[in-house]
Amino acid sequence: MSCAELERSLRICAACMYCDALCPVFPKLAEISDYAPADLHYLAHLCHNCRTCLDVCQYAPPHPFAVDLPKALAAQRRRSYAEHVWPRGLAPAFRRPALGAGVFALAALAGALAVVAAKTSPAAPGSFYAVAPWLLLASLAGGTLLWAFVSLSASGFRFWRTIAPVAPRRRLLRALAPALRDIVALRHLGGELDCSRGRRPLHHLMAAGLGLDLAATLSAAALQHLYGIEPPYPWLSVPVLAGAAGGLAAVAGAAGLLAREAKRDGEARETGLNVVLLWAIALVASSGLALLALRATPAMPVLLALHFGSVCGLFAMLPLSKLLHAPFRAAALWRAAAEDGVSDRGAGSGDG
Amino acid sequence: MRRGRRGAGRPPDVLVIGGGLAGLCAAIAAQRLGVEAALVESAPKALRGGDARHARNFRIPHAGPTRHTPAAYGEDEFLAEWSAVAGGDAARARSIIAAASDLASWVAGCGVRLQDRGAGVIPFSRRTAFLLGGGKAMMSALYETAAAAGVDIRYDSQALGLRAAPEGGWSVGFAAGETRARCVVVASGGPGANPTWLRPSAGALMFRGGAYSDGRVMQALVEGLGVRTVGDPASRHMVAVDARGPQFDGGIVTRVTAIPHGIVVNRDGAALADPSRNAKPSHYAQWGARIAAEPGGVAFLILDSEGLRRAGPMAFAPLRAVTLAGLASALGLEGAALERAACCLRGPPFFGLPLRAGLTFAHFGLQVDESQRPIGADGCAMEGLFAAGMIMAANFLPCGYLAGLGITLSAVTGRAAGEAAARHVLC
Repeated sequence: MSCAELERSLRICAACMYCDALCPVFPKLAEISDYAPADLHYLAHLCHNCRTCLDVCQYAPPHPFAVDLPKALAAQRRRSYAEHVWPRGLAPAFRRPALGAGVFALAALAGALAVVAAKTSPAAPGSFYAVAPWLLLASLAGGTLLWAFVSLSASGFRFWRTIAPVAPRRRLLRALAPALRDIVALRHLGGELDCSRGRRPLHHLMAAGLGLDLAATLSAAALQHLYGIEPPYPWLSVPVLAGAAGGLAAVAGAAGLLAREAKRDGEARETGLNVVLLWAIALVASSGLALLALRATPAMPVLLALHFGSVCGLFAMLPLSKLLHAPFRAAALWRAAAEDGVSDRGAGSGDG
Repeated sequence: MRRGRRGAGRPPDVLVIGGGLAGLCAAIAAQRLGVEAALVESAPKALRGGDARHARNFRIPHAGPTRHTPAAYGEDEFLAEWSAVAGGDAARARSIIAAASDLASWVAGCGVRLQDRGAGVIPFSRRTAFLLGGGKAMMSALYETAAAAGVDIRYDSQALGLRAAPEGGWSVGFAAGETRARCVVVASGGPGANPTWLRPSAGALMFRGGAYSDGRVMQALVEGLGVRTVGDPASRHMVAVDARGPQFDGGIVTRVTAIPHGIVVNRDGAALADPSRNAKPSHYAQWGARIAAEPGGVAFLILDSEGLRRAGPMAFAPLRAVTLAGLASALGLEGAALERAACCLRGPPFFGLPLRAGLTFAHFGLQVDESQRPIGADGCAMEGLFAAGMIMAANFLPCGYLAGLGITLSAVTGRAAGEAAARHVLC
């Protein structure tokens, strides 16, 4: 769907405004006067794709207007990613979701091979936890994570530069706390008429799971390097408990979200981006769980390679994945919070 | 909870014709009184709900602030405003207003969500409650409630006519055969989008409601059963709409509210004087008939940049040209005539859009008694037959219109017809 299609839909929505109490997209639409690219990027990322507006739309297909705002905004989100991603060479990934899957597969393969090579390396005969493999593992995982962090930050910063409101710094800073609340709570993924009910808890579940997994990794690092306690850790230890709980939550959340993606008629390529990222997360979390469960069996080396490979694959893929929605939405919500204090709302008539 | 499924051959107690707001309220109200109701909707499921799909708000009296309406709007004030625009029988209007006092809580009890006052961007009104998400959301909720209560709902079912059944009750004709019912509620809309009936100039008009609200059942009752009518088929509520919209179902967005900010010319390029000479929010409602009377039923709104800026959102971007002559050729008008008519505009650039009259409804319907029973040719009310909604709104609204009144009328008369039909079956 083109920019022109988005503008066509938005004109109809602006003249209608029946959805003005469903989510912030519509009040913000009422505040813009032309359809400047920056405003289109902004509106696209205020949308959390709950699709309630399509469900209640008097102009949805089969009406001749055939308005499908969620789809048009989803296409615009992909254009936002492609135009702001850094490095710019990653832009094609947002037109072809399979590219992200390819990067995941390649990086995962490289990571897995590194584990296999390290294990059979004569420099570390017999001992899996010898120094050389640890350095190798840590630098591969750390390197890909650093790449993801730098790229996602740069892309998010470039997006913020596009949509940032003309506002005094003080107002922006004041808006930070309410914006953070909206971001963390996914406040706009809900509402009385929400037809994607259940997506918010699933997203929370998955995000919390990934957070616990991160906590497990950090606590393991602390045990190893501060206290000199080498893995494997017992079942009743912080890394194992947090890792197991986090893995279960992430798998359950990702599986639930995947099931929803399969059921709804979203914008095909955004759905593709969602599916690739969700599968990658599900693979990382489920291979981690399998590794934990079977760590005392002969399957352990294979599972370690699989898990470590998928972690590298996920990290390497993040900059060209749907994870970009996190910084971009955060930027849009920040702008919305900054505007909310000062908006004078557009007048209109509700008389039919 | 569903009562046990009725046998395939057994007729419903109450058959409601029409799946718009009045029909749904009738079916739900009847079913709640313990009778078996069935509802036939001519539209497919995706386009169900009649013209209420395009509704936004409804007018209700209230003695004090509510969650959905601020301040107060008394029944007397409601009646005074109604009488000022529509005249008519004050006692009948008062009965509707009194029945509407619990309407917000009644529809909320049917799963319809209302907008909290102050939510959204539309300045909230003490006169009307706003439907969260609009009329289609309301109709979806009512269909869900009706189905859950056990109403047998059939889509793609156009009733063609009805006759008194020899064994009692009514027999309703469909393309696939006849359905018998002890009692029938007709809630199938007014003349609406009927392309031929009563509508010699229909070709030039656009219909804000859907093509399925076509008045065919009303025509069958008038021509086939001799039901008496009230109102004047030539008295129509029409507004100025963008001629680039669809002929049917344009709803709210194609109406053109920008007329006070520019000038209107006909297809010969002659300026039309403002019929109302004001810029009240309702001004656009006075332009419909005016445009319909122009040659070809068309007119054109011409704006300069300042007019466009003040115009507010439009569903279609206006045509734009640097000169009036250029705009004239884009609109198919004569350049010199437009330059004469639009000399007061400050350009360049100039903007223009084509206008037609969009029909909302006609002040014409079935005559009913105070129990909403249609009056036959002999002047007697018909037994076991009830009318509700826009098919009989002209009894209450012989002319004019009040924002949000159509929804209130349809819901109140629908609920009353459903209850009356159920009691007729039960007594």
